[in-house]
Amino acid sequence: MSVAQVRLEKISKKYGDLWAVRDIDLRIEPGEFFTLLGPSGCGKTTLLRIIAGFVLPDEGTVFLDDKPVNLKPPWQREVGLVFQNYALWPHMSVFENVAFGLRERKVPRSEIAIRVPDALARVGLAGTEKRRPSQLSGGQQQRVALARTLVVQPKVLLLDEPLSNLDAKLRAEMRIELLKLQRDLGITTVYVTHDQEEALALSTRIAVMDAGQIVQEGSPRDIYEDPRSRFVAEFVGKSNLFSGRVIQAGDELAEIKTVEGLVIKAAMNACGFKTAAGREITVYIRPEAIVLARPGDNPTGTNRLNGKVAASAYQGSAVDYEVDIQGKSLRAHVINPKGKALFNRGDDVVVIFDPKDIGWVTGADRNTP
Amino acid sequence: MARSEPLQGLFVRTRVDWMQGALMAGLLALLFAFILYPIMRVLWVALVDESDQLTLIHFRNFFLRPLFREALWNTLLSGSLVVVFGSLIALPLAYIIARYEFRGKILLQTLATLPLVVPPFVGAVAFQQILGRSGTVNLLLLQWFDVAIPFMEGLNGIVLVQTLHFFPFIMLNTAVSLSNIDASLEEAAENMGCHGFRLFRRVTLPLMLPGFMAGSLLTFIRAIDDLGTPLMLNYKNLLAPQAYLRITTIGIDDVDGYVICVVLVFLSLASLLAARKYLSLAEYATVQAGRSVSQPIHGKKLGFVLFFSALALTIGLLPHIGIFLLSLSKVWSFSVLPTSFTAENYNEILFRVPHFIKNTLLYTGLAAGFDVLLGAAIAFLLLRSRLWGRNLLDALATLPLAIPGVVLAVGYIRVFHGWDFPGVGAPLTSTWFVLVIVYTVRRLPYTVRACYAALQQVHISLEESAQNLGANRLRTFLKVTTPLISGGLIAGGLIAFITSCVELSSTIMLVPRIELGPISYGIYVYMQSALGRGAGAALGVVAILLVAAGTYLTHRVFGGRTGSAFRV
Repeated sequence: MSVAQVRLEKISKKYGDLWAVRDIDLRIEPGEFFTLLGPSGCGKTTLLRIIAGFVLPDEGTVFLDDKPVNLKPPWQREVGLVFQNYALWPHMSVFENVAFGLRERKVPRSEIAIRVPDALARVGLAGTEKRRPSQLSGGQQQRVALARTLVVQPKVLLLDEPLSNLDAKLRAEMRIELLKLQRDLGITTVYVTHDQEEALALSTRIAVMDAGQIVQEGSPRDIYEDPRSRFVAEFVGKSNLFSGRVIQAGDELAEIKTVEGLVIKAAMNACGFKTAAGREITVYIRPEAIVLARPGDNPTGTNRLNGKVAASAYQGSAVDYEVDIQGKSLRAHVINPKGKALFNRGDDVVVIFDPKDIGWVTGADRNTP
Repeated sequence: MARSEPLQGLFVRTRVDWMQGALMAGLLALLFAFILYPIMRVLWVALVDESDQLTLIHFRNFFLRPLFREALWNTLLSGSLVVVFGSLIALPLAYIIARYEFRGKILLQTLATLPLVVPPFVGAVAFQQILGRSGTVNLLLLQWFDVAIPFMEGLNGIVLVQTLHFFPFIMLNTAVSLSNIDASLEEAAENMGCHGFRLFRRVTLPLMLPGFMAGSLLTFIRAIDDLGTPLMLNYKNLLAPQAYLRITTIGIDDVDGYVICVVLVFLSLASLLAARKYLSLAEYATVQAGRSVSQPIHGKKLGFVLFFSALALTIGLLPHIGIFLLSLSKVWSFSVLPTSFTAENYNEILFRVPHFIKNTLLYTGLAAGFDVLLGAAIAFLLLRSRLWGRNLLDALATLPLAIPGVVLAVGYIRVFHGWDFPGVGAPLTSTWFVLVIVYTVRRLPYTVRACYAALQQVHISLEESAQNLGANRLRTFLKVTTPLISGGLIAGGLIAFITSCVELSSTIMLVPRIELGPISYGIYVYMQSALGRGAGAALGVVAILLVAAGTYLTHRVFGGRTGSAFRV
């Protein structure tokens, strides 16, 4: 199976007065699992359909292996698209659905008779050839759709929110299977989703999209641990955001006074940031980086804020708290609560977090390493 | 307290079931008396000999007589030709409407359904004027080329008139099927390397076939049921006019008439069952209906589309023009266009003999009202109860689709003639109310369908949440269900109204006296004499206007989904 590189150059597409995607430049290397992540309406599906050839960009060029394919119709592109609703043909059996693309490619009957069951076995559906799509569960339909696309050995695999119609448990299962399948085949994959967990778990690289543009591109770790904007900080994972002004900037620490009047200390150079006193700034702390303690235990720590528990949600593996600090609401995610103290609504708590866990999104400069 | 609660629940449930049961029993009795029993009486007469023994001898006789064999063959032939020619017009139009976006598409959509507005027997008169032996076209042809084309001779005329009247059925059903095909189903095929005509053949065609077949079979049923067109064109060698002539000229005891009726029912029922089978297959296409494919077109393609549409519609709209001209003419014979114009025809039907219009409004208004009540009750029982007999109720309420008007009329005459109906003091068949009943029965399937569709949209949780918040069943029905299904009820009533306005097949047999006749009967009577044709045409224009107004209102209520009302 040959594997292709996908390159988008200055791709723009307008619907009416609205830019669906604007000035997109992307380069997806052979064998990568590349995810377009964003909220609905951000243009990620449009971009996928541009690659598949169903949408013609107003400007820009799509390259497959350095060959421009803008003028190629969908049926000549050799990119396999798995649709969100699976798009299985209801008038054909599972076998006929999977065999469809092979027949289009004039593959001999004898070879089809081998490759179709192979493809079905690969997705764990051996023996379902004679059934109709309507007789299969959602998860099985999903697998047939995948088999139907993979059996023709496309150069690129495009997946449009393939897991969104499955229930939570099945989604988790399919995620793992998809991951193994893609790594086994080594096929260049472009994956569209609004589910950040899925994106982080599956991808080798992620592009976060908002309002038709790519706002950040990088490995899952980059995206989660170093969000470069308020949007990414809030969309990928959860964040407690603070806006305020730098009142003092030393070598190690910066002291920030938030609009609520809280004072927070954040690590500077060590974490790759540089700022100066007087600058307007927005910082965040992830809920899982927060530790809660009882005021009576005299806890230590550079950042200690006193607050009151507004809500607590016990989840077994973790507890989610909402803590009210002088009118500012803070989320804390305490993992593995077994054996630890639980706080109830109305309890006084001390919120503690490490200056190194604070990240900047605006108002600071990045030290280039 | 805790112990009495289940008992109370049981009590409430039993009481409600009892009410539903009573409703079910009443409806079944009604449908049995006015649908099944008359048909069974017709069947009975055809199946027994003089000594009430079961026999097939009458059917043997039927097939032994060349006249009847020919009538059967002609019926099958003309019905099939109507479907074939109708499809030639309907399929391209359906594809254009479902798949292309262009200015004037709404106009095309509206114009393309207008042929349904002209009752076929009225259209027949108009076509005689325009395409008949001494009609406009042939007069011109004779003048210029000295040839004449027998458009309207014999079976030609029937096929022509019915094709141009019924093709919208095929078009609407096909277009619904086509636009229900989710775009991703075709895109998936393109993604697999399939495109163009191959894509159409392998994916699009199989998915639209159910709608097309259903529309075709429905057209076939309506075409063989049509009694007015052959009578107007004076072509008698088809099953429906043969049955009519047997019963009206030889008498209601003539067995051959009944045998013909049974053959007609057999043909319609077979077509209906086939259509339902196809539509049940069609359900799958709608399961994932999301985005549908509809693309803008320009240039040469647009030109071609507009040219074809204009051509099809010009021919389709000929009867409208013809009937309008005829209604304004003093005389129109052996001339290209009417030679002198007058408003006298309208004076005649609006002021001198206004009872045709009054009767139509009364009968069809009542029938539509009854249909809505019955339709809502039947839909309610089908969807919301778990009672025994729902399948039977559904089958009985659908049956009239497959019963030609002539057959139902013959059944009514057989059952209700000669004995005083309780509370009426005369045989039912000698009062105008028999017309209301026959209209109610014949259009019931449409209203049931409209109400069913409307009620189906109301998820049961909407009603349950009202009950959960303290509304009892009646309040729930009035405050939640009724507002939500009112659109469907009104649309169902309007469909019953517009289709009853132009009913002739059973009307013509059941009108007790001429002054009790509705518009369709009036047109038929007027058209019997050359002098009355103007007035008949004026009545035709009134019928067209009534149907057009009803169709417009239905469209307003139903939105763009008018087509679904005419589905099997």
